[in-house]
Amino acid sequence: MSKNSTSIAGSGPGSGTGDYFTPYPDEVLENVLENVLVFLKTRRDRNAVSLVCKSWYRAEAYTRSDLFIGNCYAVSPQRVLNRFKRIRSVSLKGKPRFADFSLVPADWGAHFTPWASAMASGYRALEKIYLKRMSVTDDDLAMIAHSFANLKELVLVCCDGFGTGGLSVIVSQCRNLRVLELNEDEVSDDEIDWISCFPSEGTSNLESLCFDCVECAINFDALERLVARSPLLKKLRLNRYVSIGQLYRLTLRAPQLTHLGTGSFGQFEGDNQELDSRASFAACKSVVCLSGFREIAPEYLPMIYPVCANLTSLNLSYANINAEQLKPVIRQCHKLQVFWALDSIGDEGLEAVADTCKDLRELRIFPLNPSENAEGLVSEVGLLAISIGCRKLESILYFCQRMTNAAVVAMSENCPNIIVFRLCIIGRYRPDRITGQPMDEGFGAIVKNCKKLTRLAISGLLTDQAFSYIGQYGKLVRTLSVAFNGDSDTGLKYILEGCVSLQKLEIRDSPFGDMGLQSGLHHFYNMRFVWLSSCRVTRQGCLDIATRLPKLVVEVFRRDEEEGGERDDFVETLYMYRSLDGPRADAPQFVKIL
Amino acid sequence: MNMEDGLCLTLGLPGRNEPDTESCYKNNNNNNNNKRSQPEYNDDSIESKGSSIAKESDMDTAPAPKSQVVGWPPVRNYRRINFQAKKVETESGIYVKVSMDGAPYLRKIDLKVYKGYPELLKALENMFKLTIGYKGSEYAPTYEDKDGDWMLVGDVPWEMFIVSCKRMRIMKGSEAKGLGCNV
Repeated sequence: MSKNSTSIAGSGPGSGTGDYFTPYPDEVLENVLENVLVFLKTRRDRNAVSLVCKSWYRAEAYTRSDLFIGNCYAVSPQRVLNRFKRIRSVSLKGKPRFADFSLVPADWGAHFTPWASAMASGYRALEKIYLKRMSVTDDDLAMIAHSFANLKELVLVCCDGFGTGGLSVIVSQCRNLRVLELNEDEVSDDEIDWISCFPSEGTSNLESLCFDCVECAINFDALERLVARSPLLKKLRLNRYVSIGQLYRLTLRAPQLTHLGTGSFGQFEGDNQELDSRASFAACKSVVCLSGFREIAPEYLPMIYPVCANLTSLNLSYANINAEQLKPVIRQCHKLQVFWALDSIGDEGLEAVADTCKDLRELRIFPLNPSENAEGLVSEVGLLAISIGCRKLESILYFCQRMTNAAVVAMSENCPNIIVFRLCIIGRYRPDRITGQPMDEGFGAIVKNCKKLTRLAISGLLTDQAFSYIGQYGKLVRTLSVAFNGDSDTGLKYILEGCVSLQKLEIRDSPFGDMGLQSGLHHFYNMRFVWLSSCRVTRQGCLDIATRLPKLVVEVFRRDEEEGGERDDFVETLYMYRSLDGPRADAPQFVKIL
Repeated sequence: MNMEDGLCLTLGLPGRNEPDTESCYKNNNNNNNNKRSQPEYNDDSIESKGSSIAKESDMDTAPAPKSQVVGWPPVRNYRRINFQAKKVETESGIYVKVSMDGAPYLRKIDLKVYKGYPELLKALENMFKLTIGYKGSEYAPTYEDKDGDWMLVGDVPWEMFIVSCKRMRIMKGSEAKGLGCNV
């Protein structure tokens, strides 16, 4: 922080107390501003500052170091580079979220390449890259490795297009790399031993290495050596090709770990390791976050007992364990704040969680068998138990086959701090299990009582009444996901007119059409995107929107990549978003931009 | 071995006419033509994309969708694929009794040890000192499934077999004629 200038604006030479001569008030102000702005970190504050006046805009642009772009097509790389000159960290998001569920064709877009090239020349001092749902090629990774000598952190979430070949270039060239996190990416197996490509001499600065999503075997000996020479390593998430015996060896090498992804947590054939089960996890006194368990052998679960009391986060969502297997573990996790699991633990398992985890903030229950015909392993009983036991709950994702309004209402009353509420009743159009009524009242209670709610995902049998509630009470809702719900256009109208904070709207298979869509004309420029698929929107309706809102990019396409984007009378997928730089140049043939 | 003359023993339901060009011991997950469907392994759970035949719910008013549902429920692909693997891997050893007609005592084998039907049959052959499946053999391996029915070994995919097999019996003699296996 440079010294505070106390020179008075407009004073002549020799009268100032600072080291420099600043005759013009604007420059003084800008310099002061720059020194102050360094402390402003949040985007919201910085965006506000930049709107004050030109000089503040310039000062802010000069001092912003963290760049966040929520939609890579909202702005061109060139525009970004022209405005911000001193970026150290970039976060970029690409494909719409429904791409996770196979609703977006593979070659739709979100290519990182143009950004990589632009930043390679403009932001040579870049230190951190965070990408989500982008298509990243091995060449992109090579460009990153060659262009950014100072790169410290690379985090790729839900990305695809690259493989172990690209990884090997990153780890061998980026000498300052401290964080390499691969989270739910699709990584192709190029049959390259990338772990061996880390520099083999001297201590490494590695603080975080997460590769649990990499679906290929790794050179364990090389990994062990790497871990042994990484004294700063705090986060280590292994993939399922690491056995429990190998895990044990690693924990001996890295007792300082705080975040551990256990790999398979099972034994492999020929793994003769005599495991001293008590010792291994007792060495990990600092572990607060545990995940992995990709191919769990449940009889080894007691190995984690020594760390349970310290755990704030436990992810068992790959472990098919039942309530009886869970209970001895969860009963010790008094400090748990984040818990992810499969519904195999059942309502009984959830009751055990509710009994012990009084500090729980986030719960995610995934379906063991993600099918509409599957037996429901958790129900309103588990949800109710959680709502009673875990009053501090802030975020919930809950998959189930059946639900009741009463349980959802109870949760809205018991857990007023809920910020994220995502309930997925897997059976489409299912009403309240006991009363046979639509689930309107339950979701209505959530938006009404959870005053901090910003993210909502609805399901089950819902009429327009549910949407009326959401529009009326969901004033802070920024993200809304709708699937197989609603009666008519009125539902969509309620949402678009009522939810003044709405940023991201994703709707599928609901009877919303052109009229409903029209009611959002006043708001679409304020949103990051709108997705409507398998609804009742016509091409003409989309064209109307595109004409009335020229800065909106209106994309229409079909999942099977048939040109034109229409199926029968309606558009199959509508994806629209604001953009400062017009329609993208890289749209594939099957994407029609209106 | 060819089957056209009808004398060769094959592992398939009797009366089946079509040539079995593909060995029924191939370790594949596809349901072949004559398989009985096992309720727990309908297409819904095997398909990794999660598309399912639309099912009418009990009290709904909305029409059933006409086509299969892609991307529903909203669970990412890699989570779905894991489910299949788990059904088998969480059990530590699947021991079943094996009896052979005429033998004085039973044996026990661990089905988990074998990767597929060929290995299993070889093991049985070694254990009981007999040969299953060459021309003229009078032995047919059968098993009792979860429903209590006696089935011919080899009809269903391997993964389905090892979780539904309660015990095995090597049949001999007249009951075995017309059955058998084609390794």
